[in-house]
Amino acid sequence: MHTPAKQLWLGALETLPLVVAAFPFGIVFGAMANAMGLGAGVTLGMSAIVFAGSSQFIALTLLASAAALPVIVMTVFIVNLRQLLYSANLMHHVDRWPQWQRAALAFFLTDETFAVVSDRLNRHPGAPGLRWFYLGSALFMYSFWQLSTALGYALGSRIPGLADWGLDVAMVVAFIGIVVPALHRRADWACAAVALVSAVLTHDWPHQTGLLFSSLLAVAVGMAMSREPAHE
Amino acid sequence: MNEWLLIALMALVTYLPRWLPFALAGKVHLPAPLERALDFVPIAVLTSIIAQTALVRDGTLDISPNNYHAIAALIAFAVALLTRRLFITIVAGLACFAMLRIFL
Repeated sequence: MHTPAKQLWLGALETLPLVVAAFPFGIVFGAMANAMGLGAGVTLGMSAIVFAGSSQFIALTLLASAAALPVIVMTVFIVNLRQLLYSANLMHHVDRWPQWQRAALAFFLTDETFAVVSDRLNRHPGAPGLRWFYLGSALFMYSFWQLSTALGYALGSRIPGLADWGLDVAMVVAFIGIVVPALHRRADWACAAVALVSAVLTHDWPHQTGLLFSSLLAVAVGMAMSREPAHE
Repeated sequence: MNEWLLIALMALVTYLPRWLPFALAGKVHLPAPLERALDFVPIAVLTSIIAQTALVRDGTLDISPNNYHAIAALIAFAVALLTRRLFITIVAGLACFAMLRIFL
């Protein structure tokens, strides 16, 4: 059950709905970059080296508005503070990994891979083979992000309307299937409720700052409501 | 603007937040309250993303019956509560969404 190959496969399988949801966004990203006159090398290079959907879209938007380079970099940094929370959340589970594996796997820490890894930790705490599961999810996400970007760039303005299919619903229901079983304590429910309301109220804040704000607010509320003594 | 310089800097500010806590794991000891706070990260962030994707469509808040994403989310929520199974939740949510798109 816990052979590397099996874990690699499981990690990819659990990520499948999230890959389906992200695919149209990769296509739209590629097409948008093409329409803006970005070269194929730069477009594919950004997906390959940066590998962060929201950051890449924000960079395109800012490029279109002729924003200065430091503004773009600073904005991208703020958007990525979400990933800092993910990485910190996983610290206890990677502390036995060799540094080179941490350095390699950290590169692939997207919303999607964090979600499925976090789900596995919730359902099978302490089960071996986490890094293989993580790698399976990571490589699946990565390869399809490259593929969708290339496809979008090649199709350019001839996008087949894939973005209108609403495939992002797959991400919504998958995340719900991951979050709900993690709601154990009253503090967990309070955290989720605050995140829900706050994220809706702050949806029009620029550059996903509402997402970051709502997450931090929900964490603070969860903290305040949990009375268990600290472990470890 | 040098596009490759932009990509290099973007890559840097994307990679550092992903990697730094991994690199420091086992070396630094986080204060207990911070550890406790970090436990809430999956619920807090994923729920925020769910809310903004399902309830905000085309940039505006939409809680009408015409928002199929929201209805599918509601069904998925109910199924997740009852079964706590990821696969069943996804299938139920997607089936609900597909039926709404096809029949309404």
